[in-house]
Amino acid sequence: MNVVLMVWRQENRDTAGRLQRIEAKDISSEMSFLEMLDVVNERLILAGERPIAFDHDCREGICGSCGVVINGTAHGPRRGTTTCQLHMREFHDGQTIVIEPYRAKPFPVLRDLVVDRSALDRITAAGGFVSASTGSAPDGNAIPVAKPKAEAAMDAAACIGCGACVAACPNAAAMLFVGAKISHLGLLPQGQPERWMRAEAMVAAMDREGFGPCTNVTECAAVCPKEINLSVIARMNRDRMAAVFLVARRSPRGDTA
Amino acid sequence: MDLKANVPSGPIDTAWSRHKFEMKLVSPANKRKYNLIVVGSGLAGASAAASLAELGYEVRCFCYQDSPRRAHSIGAQGGINAAKNYANDGDSVFRLFYDTVKGGDFRAREANVYRLAEVSGNIIDQCVAQGVPFAREYSGYLANRSFGGAQVSRTFYARGQTGQQLLLGAYQALSRQIAAGKVTMYPRTEMLDLVLVDGKARGIVTRDLVSGKVESHAGDAVILATGGYGNVFFLSTNAKGSNVTAIWRAHKLGAGFANPCFTQIHPTCIPVSGDYQSKLTLMSESLRNDGRVWVPTKAGDNRKPRDIAEGDRDYYLERRYPAFGNLVPRDVASRAAKAVCDEGKGVGPGGRSVYLDFADAIKRLGEGGVRERYGNLFDMYERITAEDPYKGPMRIYPAVHYAMGGLWVDYNLMSTIPGLFVLGEANFSDHGANRLGASALMQGLADGYFVIPYTIGGYLASTKLAKVDREGQDFKRAEVEVNERTKRLLGNKGKRTAMSLHRELGKLLWENCGMARNAAGLRATAARIPELREEFWSQVIVPGSGSDLNQALEYAGRVADFMEFGEIMCLDALERSESCGCHYREEFQTEEGEAKRNDAEFAHVAVWEYRGPGQAERRHTEPLTFENVHLAQRSYK
Ligand SMILES: Cc1cc2nc3c(=O)[nH]c(=O)nc-3n(C[C@H](O)[C@H](O)[C@H](O)COP(=O)(O)OP(=O)(O)OC[C@H]3O[C@@H](n4cnc5c(N)ncnc54)[C@H](O)[C@@H]3O)c2cc1C
Ligand code: FES
Repeated sequence: MNVVLMVWRQENRDTAGRLQRIEAKDISSEMSFLEMLDVVNERLILAGERPIAFDHDCREGICGSCGVVINGTAHGPRRGTTTCQLHMREFHDGQTIVIEPYRAKPFPVLRDLVVDRSALDRITAAGGFVSASTGSAPDGNAIPVAKPKAEAAMDAAACIGCGACVAACPNAAAMLFVGAKISHLGLLPQGQPERWMRAEAMVAAMDREGFGPCTNVTECAAVCPKEINLSVIARMNRDRMAAVFLVARRSPRGDTA
Repeated sequence: MDLKANVPSGPIDTAWSRHKFEMKLVSPANKRKYNLIVVGSGLAGASAAASLAELGYEVRCFCYQDSPRRAHSIGAQGGINAAKNYANDGDSVFRLFYDTVKGGDFRAREANVYRLAEVSGNIIDQCVAQGVPFAREYSGYLANRSFGGAQVSRTFYARGQTGQQLLLGAYQALSRQIAAGKVTMYPRTEMLDLVLVDGKARGIVTRDLVSGKVESHAGDAVILATGGYGNVFFLSTNAKGSNVTAIWRAHKLGAGFANPCFTQIHPTCIPVSGDYQSKLTLMSESLRNDGRVWVPTKAGDNRKPRDIAEGDRDYYLERRYPAFGNLVPRDVASRAAKAVCDEGKGVGPGGRSVYLDFADAIKRLGEGGVRERYGNLFDMYERITAEDPYKGPMRIYPAVHYAMGGLWVDYNLMSTIPGLFVLGEANFSDHGANRLGASALMQGLADGYFVIPYTIGGYLASTKLAKVDREGQDFKRAEVEVNERTKRLLGNKGKRTAMSLHRELGKLLWENCGMARNAAGLRATAARIPELREEFWSQVIVPGSGSDLNQALEYAGRVADFMEFGEIMCLDALERSESCGCHYREEFQTEEGEAKRNDAEFAHVAVWEYRGPGQAERRHTEPLTFENVHLAQRSYK
């Protein structure tokens, strides 16, 4: 098949970008989307032009490196699917495909389709963990976890941190990402001692990084390749409200859980 | 080359405790005076960096991805082993040790493997405490499943995303230390050289992958946890960026490279679909718990799988290996798949695949039951192939997956360069000639959480370390070399892309140093690779500049190292005149076509020493002795 790409090209974070038209001829419908970009890049290199920069690594939908906006949708047209797992059979011959980077203030563009998502790491560092230093753990079976709880925690823990939720949100909110981590740890007994402090700290970091508020647009969950449920946001808000309330009365640490 | 393994003498089951007691300690107040460099943020690197920082060391951690959470470990699917014996089915530390030594076809060092089995239980405890959402029974207790090469159920898992959940646990522990100021994280930073001062590893040279800036980092010890080199074959299940660069550069400065020809070919991967293929996708080994592998009995039978009656199917693993059936170790399963395809019984385009069928499991467990166990893997299969594995069998074929070879390390995980430690897939230590499923995650975390925190202390406390400064001449010299290399890559006016050259190298190795090898093929390939390398350096085009984000440049640098490394793989395979585990030399097989070891001559680790450009590498050996598991022909019948 032949497709026409309209690809965002930008030198670096300080320059303006523009869409470039590139014809991608003789593309197999069995190729993955990124394999199609590989082929285009090989041709660009041979023609003496600069190849398109895009992030990727596992190409299995799990590392969260890839992620571009395809025809207006983060990760493209197929639900529950990362860019790297998308295949060209989802497109038709002659189609024009617009490929842009995630657009959100906290994610500056570094080059072409590559953005800086380090804000998400800083939110995690603010509190997205259980403080269990190596060596201090009791036997794994000392703390039973009811199967439905464990399953719900796993549903939230499936987040790959790709940032599509932010890109899809008109407010550039990171609620789905933050809510997923707060839910994952907050649902488990291991996460209880720091539960309120975690919610507080992660939400504060999120605000500090310049992510916007949630106005219930729900685009985040629609594009999430791991189909993280919106309920994680409700849980985050609950935990955070509880934290404000509890912090007002006692120390934010531990004993209030 | 000094290959002293430093294994404590005396009984194996108390060796690690005694060693921990005998090693010198760094006092708590002194720990913060030490600067440690950790390259890699996968399971091994992240767990090491977090644990060392918790102890009080000052740590700098590096990875090439934009976030440490994206390291290749994230992709591991099936599970992690531990000798907990929660299933009450006869497991023990000794049995895990035994299975691992046997599974590795007696080419691993006993003492290291024993320690691995010994700390395996602590890993599960640690991960549970961090909030890793392992699968649970209705009782609320941890669930287990079976993996290849074992007859007990000792594999812990988190759906089909075990690596992801374990890595997130380690990443979160790392993040806590980053916030505490004990770890400085350098994402999007690639290590391009190691720096030795007075013969000891004292730093690295890196390139910032966004700004292109080349700079040095000095420290008191360097830990490489940079993963495996399977991508030398171009097509593999590894993440695209996985590379040999860090350990290869260390090798060129004196670190012995052990068993480079030991690469694991995983039996269950989605087959190649075309020549644009950029990577291969694993279908977790856990699928062999419930899936049955078969091909049509008659060569060339191209009926639809569901139209082929039971009597016309050859469940060849169950037939050949009744005791282990579909759960034979990976090397055995891969070779068996190749054998039936070579006989013309393979299915799918080109006849290069076999069926992995869940019809019986769906009958037994219902579609829902199968979905609960493997849902995400089935979805992944469907996304890639557009075929529904609930309706018909999957098609699978072996693919390059894991590097058992790596830098040689002693019992303390220190390489032949003092102060250079190597963890995880990057070292050679525990899996011999074949790794059992669910043991890489175990090893990475054992190394990072429970081994290096002790052994690095032993090194630091017993070594006099002069003050070094990254403005020193050793660092400046290394920086100049790195810059010159970049310039050379960029300055070329060739006609070929790095990818096309990489594909060519990969194909050569897959055909001659893959699932089956012979002396003629290996000799020819070892001779061809230097020519291909020449071609690389004269023909490769690398666009752009070195002073900004340039993925083509990063990639070309990695391919350049593969071009050197591939040759050593072939030479290693050629010198090892026996078959063992993954290393199947066609000249050395039993009457039934199984790998035939030669323990009299090859019960050793082969360690290669770099001796300068244009000089042949020298092969050394570390003899292996088996005092606790008796050398025997491996049998899974
Ligand atoms: C698809 C798949 C499934 C698997 N499933 C399982 C399983 O179920 N069970 C199991 O036990 N094992 C499994 N494995 C194997 C296992 O995942 C790996 O062996 C293991 O995760 C390796 O961990 P590591 O920490 O050694 O290295 P990696 O996770 O590969 O991490 C390497 C790190 O080094 C960094 N790095 C590399 N080179 C450089 C450089 N030059 N400069 C700076 N940084 C660098 C990278 O950025 C990364 O952070 C699987 C492997 C694959 C491919
Ligand atoms: S490349 Fe890893 S999720 Fe797409």
